[in-house]
This record gives sequence, C-alpha cells and structure tokens, in this order.
Amino acid sequence: MAMEKMSIAKALNESLRKALDTDPKVLIMGEDVGKLGGVFRITDGLQKDFGEDRVIDTPLAESGIVGTAIGLALRGYRPIVEIQFDGFVFPAYDQIVTQLAKMHARSLGKIKLPVVVRIPYGGGIGAVEHHSESPEALFAHVAGLKVVSPSNASDAYWMMQQAVQSDDPIIFFEPKRRYWDKGELDTESIPGQLHRASVARTGTDLTLVAYGPMVKVCLEAAAAAEEEGKSIEVVDLRSMSPIDFDAIQTSVEKTRRLVVVHEAPVFYGSGAEIAARITERCFYHLEAPVLRVGGYHVPYPPARLEDEYLPGLDRVLDAVDRSLAY
Amino acid sequence: MTVESTAAARKPRRSSKRTSAAKTPAKTSQSSGPELVQLLTPEGERVEHPDYSIDLTEDELRGLYRDMVLTRRFDAEATALQRQGELGLWASLLGQEAAQIGSGRALRDDDYVFPTYREHGVAWCRGVDPTNLLGMFRGVNHGGWDPNTNNFHLYTIVIGSQTLHATGYAMGVAKDGADSAVIAYFGDGASSQGDVAEAFTFSAVYNAPVVFFCQNNQWAISEPTEKQTRVPLYQRAQGFGFPGVRVDGNDVLACLAVTKAALERARQGEGPTLVEAFTYRMGAHTTSDDPTKYRADEERASWEAKDPILRLRTYLENVGAADEAFFTALDEESETLGKRVRDAVRSMPQPDRMAIFEHAYADGSALVDEERAQFAAYQASFAEEGK
Repeated sequence: MAMEKMSIAKALNESLRKALDTDPKVLIMGEDVGKLGGVFRITDGLQKDFGEDRVIDTPLAESGIVGTAIGLALRGYRPIVEIQFDGFVFPAYDQIVTQLAKMHARSLGKIKLPVVVRIPYGGGIGAVEHHSESPEALFAHVAGLKVVSPSNASDAYWMMQQAVQSDDPIIFFEPKRRYWDKGELDTESIPGQLHRASVARTGTDLTLVAYGPMVKVCLEAAAAAEEEGKSIEVVDLRSMSPIDFDAIQTSVEKTRRLVVVHEAPVFYGSGAEIAARITERCFYHLEAPVLRVGGYHVPYPPARLEDEYLPGLDRVLDAVDRSLAY
Repeated sequence: MTVESTAAARKPRRSSKRTSAAKTPAKTSQSSGPELVQLLTPEGERVEHPDYSIDLTEDELRGLYRDMVLTRRFDAEATALQRQGELGLWASLLGQEAAQIGSGRALRDDDYVFPTYREHGVAWCRGVDPTNLLGMFRGVNHGGWDPNTNNFHLYTIVIGSQTLHATGYAMGVAKDGADSAVIAYFGDGASSQGDVAEAFTFSAVYNAPVVFFCQNNQWAISEPTEKQTRVPLYQRAQGFGFPGVRVDGNDVLACLAVTKAALERARQGEGPTLVEAFTYRMGAHTTSDDPTKYRADEERASWEAKDPILRLRTYLENVGAADEAFFTALDEESETLGKRVRDAVRSMPQPDRMAIFEHAYADGSALVDEERAQFAAYQASFAEEGK
C-alpha cells in the first residue's frame, strides 16, 4: 500500500505531519502557519492536531523567526521555519548567513543546528513584487548551508523527511508554482539520498540539468524534442548545495552536450558553477560549450511580463538547438 | 529611586513607591538621573533601595572584589599582549567589571548566558578558563570552549544577533518546563539593531524567561549613546510590555541585586526584563580604535571617580571586611594569573591546516570532501618536491 497520487503541497503537509508525529522536538514556526495553515496551506491542520506549542504562529519578523529558531535548536529542538515568500527572506539573511551557517564550524563541531528554512520560491503565479524570486545561489554560496529543492511530490515528501533529520541547516526551496502538480508518492519506500541528483528522463543526444520548477519545463522540452528526433536526458539536480557533479558528469559523458536551466538570473547563478565544473571534468567529452538558460540580470519583472523573463519551452529548445549545432 | 515597570508586569512588586515613565523627562539618555538603582555610592558608602535589598557575608563581598580585580588584571594582560603583537585584537572591559561580575554572580549554574565579545568578566563567573577567551583574538579559533560545559555561549561578533538566540533558547526552557533563566548581554549600540527589537518582541509575546542585560558603556566605537536613542534605554522595555530598570553599572552590589530579581522574575514565569547597566568603557572599543579622537579626557576622568573596584575596596576597608593580608594575597594571585595568561597565549599551537575543512558541516558534504582531498594533494606535492 502507501502508494498515492497527491500534490506537492499535500506531500509537504503529510511530510511535516509525519515529522511532528515522529519527533517531539520538531517544531514548526512562521507567519500564519497556525490557524490559516500558511498562505499556501502547507501547514494546514497541523496546529489543530499538534497544538500551538508545536506549530507556532510568530510575530512578523523574519530575523526573529530564524534567530529564535537557532536558540531553540541550541536547546535541543528541531525547528522547521517557514519564510512566507522568497523575497521576504532577506531580513533573515544575516541570521542565516552569519549565525545559522557558521555556528557548527565556529564551535569546532560542538554545536549542531538542525534547522530547516522552508522558502516557497520562483515565479509563474502572477504575484506582486518580492513574491517570485529565486535567490538559491545566494544561499548555495554560503558554506555551512545546504540548499535543496524538490520538483515532484515524492521528492517533496522524502526530501523534507531527510532535511528534518539532518544535523545541518537546510534551506528548503519549494517551487510554489508546482505546489498543485500531482504525482505518485510511496510513503513507505525511501528513495535516494537528499543530495543526490536523479535522472528524470533518459536520452542520448544532450543533457538538460534543472531543479525545482524548471524540471517540468525541461521534461516538456525533452518530449517536444523527441518529436523532432532528438533524444534528451533530463537530470533533476534536487540539491544545489552540495551539487551531485558525478551524476551530471555521468550523463554528459554519454550525451556530450549540456544545457543548464534555472529561473534565477544566469549571471553568477548555479548554472555558472555547473558549467565551470563540468567543463573542467568533461572537457574532452564535450562537443559544445555548456549553455545556460535562465533569468536576466534585471529585477524580477511585473507579473504581466514574467513569461518573457522565465525560461519557457521555446527558450530551452532554442538552447538545445544551439548546442546541437556545434 | 524608581524602577520602571509596566502594566504587563501584573504582579505587584515589593515597593509601591514608583513613579511612571511619563514623569521622567526624556531630554537626554546620558543623564544617570534619579532612577538609577544604587546600593554602593562612588564614595564607597552603602545605601539602601526600596526595591532591591541585598545582604552579603564578608566572604561574599571579598569574593566579588576578588572577581573584579582578577578580571581587570586579565583584561590588562590581554591588552598588553595585543600591544606586544601576540593578539590580533582585544576588546577591553576596563570599567565594566561591576556590571559583569554583579550580573554574572547572580546566575545559577543551570542558567544560560549569551554574551557579546566583551563579556570576559561574565565568562570568569561561569568558570570558563580565561585563556580560552584569547584563542579567537589570537586567530587560532572562533571560540575555544564548549558552550554547554559552562552554559556560556560563544562570543557573538555580529551586533545584537545573540539576543534572538537567547530568546529562542529561553522559549525552549519554557517549553521544557525548566525553571532556569537565560541572560543576553549587549551594548548601547546594539540597542539600535533590529534583532534586539525583534528579541524584545518575541520574548514578550512568548513570555520567555530571558533577561536582557544592556551594558550602556556610553560609546559604540566612536558614537555616543545620543546617536542610538532619544530615550533612556531602559525605558524601551515599556513599549514592548515588560519592565526595564536602570542600575548603576559601576556598583557591583546593585548589579547583583537587580539581575537576581530579574532572573527570579523570569524563573517564576513572569517573562523578560531589560536591565540597563549604566557604566563606562574606560578604554578603547577595541585595540584598533583611538578614543582620544572622539571623546574628551575629562569624561574618562569623571568616570574614574566612579571606579567599580575602588568603591568596593573603600567599603571593605571601612567596614573592616578585608585586611592588608587579603589585598596582598590578591595582588600575588593577580600576578600569577597574568603570567599564566601570557604563557598560555604564547604557547597556543598553530592549528592544523587541515582543520579548515573539519567542521563546515555536521553531516559532511561531498563538495568539502572534494576540496579537502585537493588541498591535501596540493600540500603533499610540496613534501615530494622537498625529497
């Protein structure tokens, strides 16, 4: 049993419920996570079942949310905090970068901070400013943090379980425009490790690497390319820090071509890191330079223009064509 | 003699002789004012306060004096070591001994301390070996003690961050049903930080058993308290819904009594208290700045007359609680401590170069493993060349 079809939102909700149920030290904290169940309802019903001491509505103060979660972790708790939207994490950025990320190293390993910071991120839902950003590279660049993003219901469920059990701080980016996408979830058999990439589709002509919301776009692009006789492999990165370069290398040594796709601006983005490392590792296997598709180096645009900004099927296929033309 | 309280502090306190904050003109935050809790005057005269009484044995009084003298000696040694090039930096506590020893000795073993980077006296009270405080200033580590051994967290350098950690920890204490308390140290400059305001908010909302101990030493590097606030700092607490009290920070007895009362209030589930210890940093902010560029010599001179150690010595002598033999023995103990500190600093080993990879992550990281291997191979290449 235990095989069910459910949305990413529901899978996260089930996973958080299981975490609260399994370990009395697990807490959920954030703005509106209680009665409302979060603005995306990811914590729906959890306060009702676990009480206000376990599912804690906080003051509207992001630095306070992360800072007190650090204190609770020092006391032996395992807080999972919700930042309501990507663009609102910055008031907490100082606590995350200077405290949460560094305290384990600062204490020579004496202190562990098992804190999960959940951030609904990315565009495509027609939101107002500061509600559609992809700041993952800003966190991945910081040693001491681990950064992950699921792309489907099964990963959402299991990666959350693994994140809660990790003794390291995890920045857990949830692809908000995929919250309502449904997928198969087996709640009993544990899939791969938290920081391993997975091959979402096999192919032989070119590798697309993506994570979170862009995995679906890449799968659609691969399906479209197949109609033109091109065989595209899609690697779902799942973890942006650390990155499973071995998985990408294995794929690229087979396909000899790589395109990295993400919503965040290309400039200084995770695509740059992947391109550099894979070029170093696979220089003699590559038939084309590693190409990147992503956002522009501009502030995230108003919703009516976000489709111009976000990588869509056509831009991904265009990059595929450019790569194959070398 | 006033202790500020608020409607949120519902329990009647020991004294009803209180005036409201509104009656205190807020024209300057520098004024020590009549609201300052004091039990020992700068002249070493013992005075009473309606809200804060304290009765110490002669042994306990000598103990406080000894703590302050040894802490000052340690601090002077560290300053000298920095001047000799043995430490990269030092943040002196000179002048703040009473605030730190008074509050530090108010703590129980099971209380938890979240310091900034100047709490050498509090560390002393917690039993942290003072030589362990020097590693980060020498550059061999970021803090050489296990926070859970003495319930004394590592020094926090980012201003005000630790007030939130203290609040979260206190929330956990309350969840655990424990009756210990938490204390967060910070300075007048930190009072301007958003994190401190958020810590006040969270602690009040969750009624967390935390004491905010602000050492107002009048200067945030070169900026006077007037650049941080328009109202006396202790009055900030009122707006957050918990009591604030200003204590003479150079009066170790008053600091002890006020902190004890605030901790007791926390233990009894009555929530946070802000204590503003009105004191003075007699030296530089750190060995990197030059106070002669931003403050007048007369100011320091006026505070030297309020020296926390001298006033307790005068009192001890006046009441016959300490004789010449005590002071002589303490001088010798100070010299021994100084030598121990010098020797310890100079003999601190260079950390192993591989240590930089050791504690980035608790659960390890493939990326760190890869870089560690590259670094090790790079280092090994020198050994081969040398053959």
